[in-house]
Amino acid sequence: MTAAVIVFPGSNCDRDVAVVLKSVTGKTPEMIWHQENTLPKCDLIVIPGGFSYGDYLRSGAMAAHSPIMKTIVKQARSGVPVLGICNGFQILTETGLLPGVLMRNSSLRFVCKDINIRVEKTNTVFSKGYIKEEILRIPIAHHEGNYFADEYTLKQLEDGSQIAFRYCDSKGDITQSSNPNGSVNNIAGIFNSNGNILGMMPHPERLADSYLGGTDGLPMFTALAEAISR
Amino acid sequence: MKAHIHITLKDGVLDPQGKAIQQSLVGLGFDTLENLRQGKYIEIELSDLDSATAHTKVAEMCEKLLANTVIENYEIKII
Repeated sequence: MTAAVIVFPGSNCDRDVAVVLKSVTGKTPEMIWHQENTLPKCDLIVIPGGFSYGDYLRSGAMAAHSPIMKTIVKQARSGVPVLGICNGFQILTETGLLPGVLMRNSSLRFVCKDINIRVEKTNTVFSKGYIKEEILRIPIAHHEGNYFADEYTLKQLEDGSQIAFRYCDSKGDITQSSNPNGSVNNIAGIFNSNGNILGMMPHPERLADSYLGGTDGLPMFTALAEAISR
Repeated sequence: MKAHIHITLKDGVLDPQGKAIQQSLVGLGFDTLENLRQGKYIEIELSDLDSATAHTKVAEMCEKLLANTVIENYEIKII
């Protein structure tokens, strides 16, 4: 599997993602600067976390218009898997590749801690390494992770089984107290209708090695590597 | 030609920052405050001389970048 990791000015999780991808595929991913107009042929595109453009104007707003995004939108629409983590999720909503928006956390605080998420859908290249309703303990670190979509869009997402992960307590119950940022329906990540684009606020790349305290994030990358190299 | 743009959250969108600012003002003694919502103000200088063209261009800027129309409204004044 050849992967491309997009680097914007202010991205800071690009190298963490590259480390996991290298360990899982044996191949160093291509690090692509946001000003590039073309992408090399790749099987997976990752838009990493960080503070692209300093989060100026709105998180991900300007990154969504970086030159490289035109190519990424085209490739995403043609079915290439695209994974957006944290700032990457924000960028994906700003491009319109995923619906809704990530707003300021309802607590107004930057939340940096391990939380639980429940896996909602497992028949995608990203999540087939998990069991349905499996509970993962995974770090989040964000100020604008409050997922919002209007009633109509939300119904489409729910009816279309596009919810990827929901914040939950350690037992897997979807509760208000387990919601770290006010996201509607405790949504922590969503797929597009085709299932080839995933946006998520938690950081699977930060929990993909026992040295980091756990490997709950690893099955996502191993599933991707396996599904794509076939 | 100048454009003054106000970008505000749509009705019904939660504004915890507005709430926090309101609470601070109430704490300062402004107890007749009923509601407060906050937004962004952007000033642009344009070389377009025709105000209709300027307005159209600025509206396009708002639609494409300056406002997230999922949750924000924008109001343009051309001076």
